[in-house]
Amino acid sequence: MLKGRVHKYGANVDTDAIIPARYLNVSEPPELAIHCMEDIDSKFVDVVEKGDIIMATTNFGCGSSREHAPLSIKASGISCVIAKTFARIFFRNAINIGLPLLECERAVDETEDGDILEVDLSNGKIKNLTRDRLFIASPYPDFMMDLISSGGLIDFTKKRLSTRRL
Amino acid sequence: MTLAEKILAAHTGRKKVFPGEFLNVKVDLILANDVTAPIAIKEFRKLGVRRVFNPNKIVMVPDHFTPNKDIASAEQVKIMREFSLEQGVLYFEIGRMGIEHVLLPEQGLVLPGDVVIGADSHTCTYGALGAFATGMGSTDIASAMATGDIWMKVPPTIKLVYHGSLRKWVGGKDLILYTIGDIGVDGALYSAIEFTGEAIDTLSLDGRFTMANMAIEAGAKAGLFRVDNKTQLYIKNRARREYKVYEPGENGEYSRVIEYDVSSLEPQVALPHSPANTCPVSEVGDIAIDQVVIGSCTNGRIDDLQIAAQILKNRKVSPNVRCIVIPGSQEVYQDAINRELVSIFIKAGAAISTPTCGPCLGGHMGILASNERCLATTNRNFVGRMGSPRSEVYLSNPAVAAASAVAGRIVNPDQLKNENLSTGS
Repeated sequence: MLKGRVHKYGANVDTDAIIPARYLNVSEPPELAIHCMEDIDSKFVDVVEKGDIIMATTNFGCGSSREHAPLSIKASGISCVIAKTFARIFFRNAINIGLPLLECERAVDETEDGDILEVDLSNGKIKNLTRDRLFIASPYPDFMMDLISSGGLIDFTKKRLSTRRL
Repeated sequence: MTLAEKILAAHTGRKKVFPGEFLNVKVDLILANDVTAPIAIKEFRKLGVRRVFNPNKIVMVPDHFTPNKDIASAEQVKIMREFSLEQGVLYFEIGRMGIEHVLLPEQGLVLPGDVVIGADSHTCTYGALGAFATGMGSTDIASAMATGDIWMKVPPTIKLVYHGSLRKWVGGKDLILYTIGDIGVDGALYSAIEFTGEAIDTLSLDGRFTMANMAIEAGAKAGLFRVDNKTQLYIKNRARREYKVYEPGENGEYSRVIEYDVSSLEPQVALPHSPANTCPVSEVGDIAIDQVVIGSCTNGRIDDLQIAAQILKNRKVSPNVRCIVIPGSQEVYQDAINRELVSIFIKAGAAISTPTCGPCLGGHMGILASNERCLATTNRNFVGRMGSPRSEVYLSNPAVAAASAVAGRIVNPDQLKNENLSTGS
C-alpha cells in the first residue's frame, strides 16, 4: 500500500520539464533526482517526501525517450504517478524500471494539489483520504501485469532467456 | 491491414494482427545514442548474457553532446565506445558520424519494411522509407540487444491525406506543423500514422523524413509513408541487403481518416511552448529574434541547407542575430561544400558546425540566455528546451528560418525584398 501527498500538474508535462536535457550528461538516478521537475516547479525537490504521488491530467511524459525522466521521478522518492493519460514512451519506460503508473480520470478530476492519497497497486484502488473518496484505476492488460509482477523488463527478459536456454 | 499492421505481422510470423494485441516483434535494427546508451548498457549487463544477439543489427551514435562538451558527457561516450568495441556493434566516431536519424538512412542501415527500435524518440523518422520505426527507452533497448525482439502493442492507424499542390516555400515541415496544430500533441497518442495524398507524392525524401520525424510530436508511435519511385531511387545505391516493400491493404481499417487541402497552406510557425501552438507565418506578428538554428534530425539534410542557402545567398544575417547552421551528417556537410553552400553561409555571417544535436536539446553549441528568443528548424519548443527556462523557441521550416535570420524578426521569405541583397562580396 502506497501513501503520500499529491503534487498536481496539468496537461502535456514533457520530459524536458521532468528532467531538462542539460542535465543528461550524467545517468545516475540520484544525480538526476536533484533536478526533477526543475523548470516547471522549482520547489518540487525541496518539498517532495518519500512516498509522495505525482498527479497530472493528459499526456504526462510527452517528448523525448529519456529513461532519465522516470528514473529521476523514482529517485526523488515518488511512489507512483496518476494521470488521465500517459505519453507512450514514458509509459513503457516507467513500467520497465518499476515506477508504478495508474490511469484514472475521476481521481485526477476530484483530487487537489496537497491531498493525501492511499493507493493499492494490486487492485488499482485510489483512496483520497483528504476528501474521503474512492476511485478505481483502469486495470492493466494481462501481459503488462506479467511484466510488472516479474519486477520490470530486465527480470522479465532474464526469465525468458533462462527458459530459452533450457 | 494497414501498412504498420502488415510490417508487424511479418515480423511476428503472423498472417494478421489486430490493434491492441501484444506481440513479441523481431527487430531489424536497434539504435542508441550517447544519452541513452549508457543506461542501456548498464541494464544489458544485468541480463547475464555475454554477447548481443547480432552486432550487425545494433548501432551506436554519439551525437547529442558531441564533440564532447564536458568531462561528464565524455565519460558517457566512453562507456558506449568501449561497449561497441567489446561487442563489435556498429559505432560511428566523431568525424565519421552524423545526427543518428540523418545518418542511418544515408548509410543504408534502414530499409523499407524494417522494424527499427531506437532509444531516441525521433526514431520514427525512418517511417519515411516505409519502415516501422519507433522510439523506446534504454531498458527496452537493453532487452532487445540480448534477444533480438521486443514487446509491442499493435497501434491503431490514423490515415492523413494531403490534397493539392504546395505553394512556394512550403514543405514537409509546414505540413507536419499544421497537422500537429490541428490534432494536438496527443492527437495520435499510441497510434501509427500513414501519410498519403498527392501533396506527399511530390515531396522529396528529405521532406518526408521531416514529417515522419515529428510524428512523435503528435504522440504517435510511428509515422509511415508508402514506398514509391523516389524511395527506390534514394535507397538504390545505399542498400546492401535484401528488403521487402509492404503496401497497405485495400481493406485496411483506420481508426481515423483526416483529409487536408493544403493548396493554400502558408509556411507554419510553432510558437512557444508547444509544437501544437502553430499559426501561419503571416499571423505571427512582429517577433524579433536573437538566434536562428538551421539543422537537427528534423531539418539538417541537404534539401534543407539548399533552401536556406538560396535565401542567404548575397544577403547578410542581421547584426542582431546569431545564425547557426548545422549539417546533419558528414555526407550532408561534404555535399554542402561541393554545392558551395558553405561559403554562402560564411559570407552571410552564419556559424557552421560539425554535425551534432547540440542546441536542439539545449546541450551545447547555441544555448539561450534568459529572455532570448530563437527561431529553429528543430522539433521541440518546450520550456527550457534550448537553454534558460526563461528563453523562447519558435519552430519553422529552413526557408522561414533563413529569411528571419536576415530580417532579424520572423518573416515569410517573400517579405525579403531585393534591398536585403548585399552588394559586392
